[in-house]
Amino acid sequence: MTPRPGLVLEVDRSTPPTLFWHGERFVLERLPEGSRIIYAPEPLAALEDPVAAIRHALLHPLDRDPLPSLLSPGMRLTICFDDVSLPLPPMQAPDVRQLVIEQVLDMAAEAGVDDVVLVAALALHRRMTEAELRHALGDRVYDAFAPHGLLTQHDAEDPGNLLHLGTTDKGEEVELNKRAATSDLLVYVNINLVAMDGGHKSVATGLASYRSLRHHHNPKTMVHSRSFMDAPASELHSSNWRMGRLIADSGVKIFQIETTLNTDTFPSQFGFLQRREWEWNLRDRATYVATAAALDRTPPRIARQIFHSIRAPHALVSVQAGEVEAVHALTTANVWKQQGVEVEGQTDILTMGLPYISPYNVNSIMNPILVACLGLGYFFNLYRGKPLVRKGGVVIMHHPTPWEFHPGHHPSYIDFFEEVLSDTTDPVEISKTYEESFATDPWYVHLYRTGHAYHGVHPFYMWYWCAHALDHLGRVIVVGGDPAAVRRMGFSPATSLDDALEIASDVVGRSPSLTHLHTPPLLLADVR
Amino acid sequence: MKALVFERNLPRFAASRLASTFGSGRGAAIGPLRLAETDPPALPGPGWTRVIPRLSGICGSDLATLDGRSSRYFEHIVSFPFVPGHEVVGELESGERVVLEPVLGCVARGIDPPCPACGRGMLGDCERIAFGHLAPGLQTGYCADTGGGWSHAGLVAHESQLHAVPDACSDEDAVMVEPVACATHAVCDANLEDTGTVAVLGAGTLGLSLVAALRALSSSGRIATPGALLVGARYPHQRRLATDLGATAALAPDQLTRAVRRRSGSLSVADPRPGRATGPLSGGADVVFDCVGSAGSIAQCLEMVRPRGRVVLVGMPGRVQVDLAPLWQREIRLAGAYAYGTETLRAGERVRTFDLAFEVVAAHGLGRLVSATYPIDRFEEAVQHAGAAGRRGAVKVAFDLRRANERRTGRASRPTTGGTP
Repeated sequence: MTPRPGLVLEVDRSTPPTLFWHGERFVLERLPEGSRIIYAPEPLAALEDPVAAIRHALLHPLDRDPLPSLLSPGMRLTICFDDVSLPLPPMQAPDVRQLVIEQVLDMAAEAGVDDVVLVAALALHRRMTEAELRHALGDRVYDAFAPHGLLTQHDAEDPGNLLHLGTTDKGEEVELNKRAATSDLLVYVNINLVAMDGGHKSVATGLASYRSLRHHHNPKTMVHSRSFMDAPASELHSSNWRMGRLIADSGVKIFQIETTLNTDTFPSQFGFLQRREWEWNLRDRATYVATAAALDRTPPRIARQIFHSIRAPHALVSVQAGEVEAVHALTTANVWKQQGVEVEGQTDILTMGLPYISPYNVNSIMNPILVACLGLGYFFNLYRGKPLVRKGGVVIMHHPTPWEFHPGHHPSYIDFFEEVLSDTTDPVEISKTYEESFATDPWYVHLYRTGHAYHGVHPFYMWYWCAHALDHLGRVIVVGGDPAAVRRMGFSPATSLDDALEIASDVVGRSPSLTHLHTPPLLLADVR
Repeated sequence: MKALVFERNLPRFAASRLASTFGSGRGAAIGPLRLAETDPPALPGPGWTRVIPRLSGICGSDLATLDGRSSRYFEHIVSFPFVPGHEVVGELESGERVVLEPVLGCVARGIDPPCPACGRGMLGDCERIAFGHLAPGLQTGYCADTGGGWSHAGLVAHESQLHAVPDACSDEDAVMVEPVACATHAVCDANLEDTGTVAVLGAGTLGLSLVAALRALSSSGRIATPGALLVGARYPHQRRLATDLGATAALAPDQLTRAVRRRSGSLSVADPRPGRATGPLSGGADVVFDCVGSAGSIAQCLEMVRPRGRVVLVGMPGRVQVDLAPLWQREIRLAGAYAYGTETLRAGERVRTFDLAFEVVAAHGLGRLVSATYPIDRFEEAVQHAGAAGRRGAVKVAFDLRRANERRTGRASRPTTGGTP
């Protein structure tokens, strides 16, 4: 059966309550009549033979010679891959990176290439654990490379393994992982979960240093990225594209492999999360009631463990390889094909239920900064054309927003929250006053390089990620959040959706239009 | 006349200690402190005079005594029964208002020649506090012969102990002079350096007074000006006050180590783990003032001071169990800061601590720290309030003895700066 496209539903008296994510819980909310709910398209059919599809892409690349013809004995080959931040939730084994890399390695072996190094393209993210690497690459690849030191993780603070390639015509310094930049061939293996991912951003961001990243990870760039999901309108992407072209002009030869997944996000026991509420059958309702009741009685820490053990049944729906820009154009079209929903006009209030996971808290705690980033950085930006919510409108986010941090993964987040946000929430002021000292803090550098910590500057980037929304919105309200944590970020706490709508009325009046972003599963709004 | 008298009574002492496990000050009603009719103390000799208290504060060391948590070290340098109260603004028979400098050093004890410390003006270091013509007692308020501030009967003070109160200084300001003098002494004696990082753990009366003293004296150039003054304060009102008094940042105590690490560019010698984002620092603050005095606070101070840095115990500690390995390995200077005397300032100028304290109090209007006053017949409430001051949004709680005095002397009340009885 052909998957149904996305849908914008207008709420009437017969519409059942709507499911909102609320961290490690869900709630059902009855939206006002006349509200709109945007539902994601149903998952596209999986490729019948992913292995064959990958092989076909490698042998028939876009604007590049077939991969085997690029491989020869004595060459240096570096295979870089997206890190633990993708996909969300982590996918059921085998991970698509494993499927792709195994084939690339087979071709390299057939060609007699024996200088092969794998690099996790972390940028300033935390290093992956052995379990996470094994999950992404499979035991066979891990055991063949890791014991020999040939499975590495990009270290943006290793001066001995960074190479300054030059400066773009806009003054952007390009500094990359030296091994990757000096290889005869750099194969990049990507998972394009949303339209923002991939393209030149893979290498220009994933293998870069702070010196390089600061040119586009800053408030000015973020405010002028409208949105991140629409590359032609995104200054973040323009900057990465300039850098990417400089990288290509520097002689770095990249063979880009991009994959897209369908939106089959949750396993069958959570099937109700994939369905539209009025289509819930008896089993869905029973599962919802049982799950919600159980979660209400489960300590948050245990609930977190349960949710982070979820492995998504994501399936590969497209794979394309070759020259970066040619590949990415097709990839982006495939992402939109899966996630795009046409929406007519903007709304006064945009509501969203935020789940337990974001790209930066896989197997970790969703701290308040990540809550803000997920809502205002990611979900707000899930649009093309114009934002779902009008200028001066209100975003209402549903999330417990606990004042809680993972000290090993997010050490600088704690200080950012305590020291920086207690002073100002203005991204520009934050950037000017605090960024440098966090980015160069030797303790954060140490933890980033030797532990599993995000780089010291990472919470700044998360806050900058919100800059467009903060600039655009009249108010941000968090339902059910820790009031102190919510206020620290300059948002308004509300105990219920009704309270939130009452608070919002100060900004948008008594009869506002309301749109609910029913995600995950992920969707991209094409706002006309 | 009525006075609060503290007697040596072991059953009541035990009861008080037990009750205080439910909260400081909870044992006031069943402990060794009782309201009694007493005669004014006799004048011990020439140079002594009577002082009728107007306001008398409740100090952390008073609470420790009433709670039965005081160290047994003090047994031999106090004498029973005594009338507590060493933070005193009172008046002489002439009507002149005075602040009491309560340390009972050699001069007050009639010891001549004075001990070396008293000879240098370092009254707090007196080596004769259990000798001379007075019963043992390190201060007025702990000596059986002098009386104390928690009394309508008054106390006796040697003329060397008295400081005239300027007319512009309210009683509330004046009663803060003694604790501010303690903080001033700690600051002056801490070898502060310009541009260094200073941390203060605890923001009750002593912690806030210390911030005020440091800022007032550094702004006039009489002591060094640290680059950062970070304060760990448990309660929101304490953080507001600390910032208002000049702290660079005031944070919850569990955030202080991290803030010191950030400010000093240190590493942490332990990896972060759940429940503990930062372990002991590799570097740290140049000077850390512990204004709490608990095992936990001392341990935290030792974790966040730099090697060869200084930890100053300003709050009165008792028996505590602390791991001193970091002190040894990092060659940390652990120093006490008790009382006051004469300070040697940056330019070599020597000034009595109380004179500096009057300046600090005036510069910051510290009478505003007096949050509540009580008559002495409501001493149980007063002591409980003082014991829970932070939690109840207060800083300094004091006994107000003025109304009865003013009825007796017909004197009008002076303006106050915001007590909230």
